Amino acid sequence: MADVNIIRIENLTKRFDDFTVLDNVSINVKEGENLIVFGRSGTGKSVLLKCTIGLLKPDGGNIYIKDKNILELSTKELNKVRKHTSFLFQSAALYDSMTVRENLEFPLRKGGYNLSEEEIEERVHKNLELVSLSEAIDKMPSELSGGMRKRIGLARAIITEPEIMFYDEPTTGLDPITSKEISELIINLQKQLNMTSIVVTHDLICAKIIADRAIFLKDAKVAYEGTLDELVNSKDKFLQNFFSVDLINA
Amino acid sequence: MNLPRILTKRNLTFSEFLYNFFATISGLTIFNLQFFKEVFLPPYEIPEIKKHMNELGVKTFPIVSVTGLIIGLVMAMQSLPVFMRFGATDYLPGTVALSVVRELGPVITALIFAGRVSSGIGAELGSMRVTEQIDAMEVSGINPFKYLVVTRIVATTFTLPLLTIYVIAIALFGSFFAITIEQGTNFEYYKNAVIDMLQFSDFIPGVAKTFVFGYIVGLVGAYKGYTAEGGTEGVGKASTTSVVLSSLLILLFDTILVKITLWLWPT
Ligand SMILES: Nc1ncnc2c1ncn2[C@@H]1O[C@H](COP(=O)(O)OP(=O)(O)O)[C@@H](O)[C@H]1O
Ligand SMILES: [Mg+2]
Repeated sequence: MADVNIIRIENLTKRFDDFTVLDNVSINVKEGENLIVFGRSGTGKSVLLKCTIGLLKPDGGNIYIKDKNILELSTKELNKVRKHTSFLFQSAALYDSMTVRENLEFPLRKGGYNLSEEEIEERVHKNLELVSLSEAIDKMPSELSGGMRKRIGLARAIITEPEIMFYDEPTTGLDPITSKEISELIINLQKQLNMTSIVVTHDLICAKIIADRAIFLKDAKVAYEGTLDELVNSKDKFLQNFFSVDLINA
Repeated sequence: MNLPRILTKRNLTFSEFLYNFFATISGLTIFNLQFFKEVFLPPYEIPEIKKHMNELGVKTFPIVSVTGLIIGLVMAMQSLPVFMRFGATDYLPGTVALSVVRELGPVITALIFAGRVSSGIGAELGSMRVTEQIDAMEVSGINPFKYLVVTRIVATTFTLPLLTIYVIAIALFGSFFAITIEQGTNFEYYKNAVIDMLQFSDFIPGVAKTFVFGYIVGLVGAYKGYTAEGGTEGVGKASTTSVVLSSLLILLFDTILVKITLWLWPT
């Protein structure tokens, strides 16, 4: 893990009408680091990720990815930055009208990667194998279970071999074994490709496997920050309550 | 592209309704400008456009066929007694043909197209919006407006005129059939009677305006779908409001275009 902040979020503020979801949030992520974002439902974790990649426009603050202020970039320049990032959506967001194969090919063909047909074919097979779903290649998304969709969504996200990944609840709704496999996949990607990740999750097992550092969003702010052990073993009543409930659920 | 937000809550007050009305108009205008900004720039996504045109054709072919035939039959049957009363049955084929070519064919085809296609595009893009598929394209560095919106608008703009020509042909056949049966005449008689009254130039304004109608159907459906919010309910709303809005705009633009046509080519 190099000592460079590859993502810098400075004083990010986001409101919907008069409702402040994020209030002056600052977060740094080092190159090659896995940062976990905890928080109860509706505290703005997804909004945080979407602001970071430019899907939502913040009401204040600055966001730097690889030293580029993404709020000041033209669409063309922003897309250059996005070539090095990927996003796993909470809902997987598979393209309904395309088969699994076409879903995986789509970012490679349209994202300006200039790959040959053989390379595309090879990457599709390799990434489907990584998520253990080779047999689903010709299925439509509507034929897949929720967990399978999540895994295909993950395969589609990593197929472009990004340097930075944003995971929005990658293991929610998966059975414990798959959930563990996905978490191990995420940590392997970090190790093999030196990938940097921000992972939103409720899943303590997942967090235990992948976390280098964790933050906790509460009341529109970063309420706690530290290693996972520090947060889990905290004397703070709120955190103790959160993690004990979470363990029962897990 | 910064589109004004439409208020989605139920029970709007009158001023909120007015706000939504003007927000929709300005949203459509911005969408329209964005279309012309992007349509001439590569990539053109030709396979995608072809695919949409094909789907639109298949989807609307049965219903417009039946409608075309019935327009022709009914127009001829309804008008026959009136023409008989004035002893002017020789003018019947030409009069029916003229109204079918200049007005009924284009407008009825466009309204059916709006009902079937605008709602379809609204629902399709709406569900892609609320399930984050459009966001997924955007973060992959793909321009969703180009790939999803521009291709669909181009497809509707060029499909509707083709359908209209087809509907006119079927309607003329319908009126031929009704007149021949009722009057005991033959094809030769029908053909001569139509040619006497109808000129090729009558086709031009009729078919030309369907490019505008096709554009409206694509634009409104895509705008409503692209800006949908609020889960499945939002998708349903995008779909139904697309039909209402595109139908109204078709009728509005028809009036304007008829006025312009008559002014440019007085008969
Ligand atoms: N597009 C939007 N318009 C209005 N409110 C939104 C929008 N997206 C999210 N919100 C609100 O912001 C808050 C945070 O949402 P989100 O980030 O999805 O929560 P979570 O932490 O569960 O991922 C929620 O209260 C949600 O209702
Ligand atoms: Mg969320």
